[in-house]
Amino acid sequence: MRVRVNGTEVEVSAGMVVAVAVARAGRLWSRRSVIQEPRGPLCGIGVCYECRVTINGQAHQRGCLVACQEGMEIEADE
Amino acid sequence: MSGTYDVIVVGGGIVGSACAWECARRGLKVLMVEAGIVGGGATAAGMGHLVVMDDSEAQFALTAYSCQLWRELAAELPGSVEHEVCGTLWVAADEWEMGEVERKARYYEERGVAVEVIGGKRLEQLEPNLRAGMAGALRVPGDAVIYPPAATHWMSERAGEAGATVWRGVEVRQILEEGAVELAGGAVVEAFVVVNAAGATAGRLTPGLPVRGRKGHLAITDRYPGFARHQLIELGYLKSAHGEEGDSVAFNIQPRKTGQMLVGSSRQYGAEGGEVEPGILGRMLRRAVAYMPGLRLLNVVRVWTGERAATPDKLPLIGPVPGRSSIWLATGHEGLGITTSLGTARLLGERLVGGDPEIPYKPYDPGRFAWVPVAGQTGAGVGAW
Ligand SMILES: Cc1cc2nc3c(=O)[nH]c(=O)nc-3n(C[C@H](O)[C@H](O)[C@H](O)COP(=O)(O)OP(=O)(O)OC[C@H]3O[C@@H](n4cnc5c(N)ncnc54)[C@H](O)[C@@H]3O)c2cc1C
Ligand code: FES
Repeated sequence: MRVRVNGTEVEVSAGMVVAVAVARAGRLWSRRSVIQEPRGPLCGIGVCYECRVTINGQAHQRGCLVACQEGMEIEADE
Repeated sequence: MSGTYDVIVVGGGIVGSACAWECARRGLKVLMVEAGIVGGGATAAGMGHLVVMDDSEAQFALTAYSCQLWRELAAELPGSVEHEVCGTLWVAADEWEMGEVERKARYYEERGVAVEVIGGKRLEQLEPNLRAGMAGALRVPGDAVIYPPAATHWMSERAGEAGATVWRGVEVRQILEEGAVELAGGAVVEAFVVVNAAGATAGRLTPGLPVRGRKGHLAITDRYPGFARHQLIELGYLKSAHGEEGDSVAFNIQPRKTGQMLVGSSRQYGAEGGEVEPGILGRMLRRAVAYMPGLRLLNVVRVWTGERAATPDKLPLIGPVPGRSSIWLATGHEGLGITTSLGTARLLGERLVGGDPEIPYKPYDPGRFAWVPVAGQTGAGVGAW
């Protein structure tokens, strides 16, 4: 299936989480902190909140917890 | 009693810090004693809405005066205070509440506070995340928002620059009748006047004080800039804030400069302890979601509670304890102490030096209540009212 990460189409398999799609788009990080530091997935189990991205317009979703769905629009900070 | 200090302020919340600064600015020799962290009490738990309120003429006078003082100070406030003039929208859900908007508009206008009556359509444009179909709102563009602990820290520093001494982490065990304090370690420090600004626990130092705690819950979300643009309060809030004895909740949301949404609020008398209570927190959040359905999708990152110091007539106690010229009070600010800290300090400072305050002081004078300080007894304040 396909999702889009910052407008770029990425091929993923069913069951993959959004953080994987972000990584497949060639990104090391998901977001920037308040002081603009790059942050990316750390714990992978929903605890650290470092992997947050905007999914279908909804901000601050944990990429490591949400499963990809066909056509999903994912926005990571540049 | 001869004083080492002219004034000792007990409590370094926003009220105590404002009073210490004001007194030091006037050339008085000031000591402020804070048991914990400056600004760490109710001040750290409050919302930081600088708001003109009209429950009574006296409340209007003090809040409008204080908001004016905040405006005069605005240019000096450091960035950490996160001062933002976002204005208030008093949201009317139906036509009956819209009538209340009209009444409130006239009241504010007659007293020189700029307001604007907003229709339902316009409200949708101003705040698209409000539930559709609201009747309208009253906009008070001059109302603002600050981050209270930072403002308090800044005031205490200004007090220090003006010559005040500030002791942190030092508890006052007792205020002595003649105007002196006994510290937890037993030492006694003297002053001509001791100001009890110990917030909701002021009654422990001045037994018999007509103040009791009114607990409130707040929740804060992650950063969603623009979700709300004004401080939004349901007009039904008035029912909640006045609502007599029962627990109540009201929709009240505040956009922070960080993009976070601060969501309130609840009011409970006699709720012991500071813990978060899921029942009333749930009611509060459901109320907020009823006004802003999209809130349901935002992440709340923290919830907490604070204790408001409530008096029977919802007005603070500013002035000498009846019959004790050397013990003064600056407490009882309930849900408005962030706003009214500056007005309180001005009134207190002016009265202390025998001057003529810019607004009448009588409505806030502790002598308005028939109460007698209970000598030699420590414990909670009166529970009777
Ligand atoms: C949920 C909630 C929301 C609120 N929202 C708003 C708002 O939007 N706008 C607004 O204007 N107001 C608001 N308020 C009200 C506001 O927070 C309070 O009125 C204000 O903070 C009171 O300040 P204070 O300095 O009197 O008390 P505090 O901040 O409690 O300060 C008292 C200080 O005295 C110290 N102290 C106590 N005993 C002693 C002792 N024996 N010796 C030494 N020190 C002592 C304490 O450690 C404390 O730091 C809100 C309050 C709550 C609870
Ligand atoms: S990686 Fe830690 S919460 Fe997602």
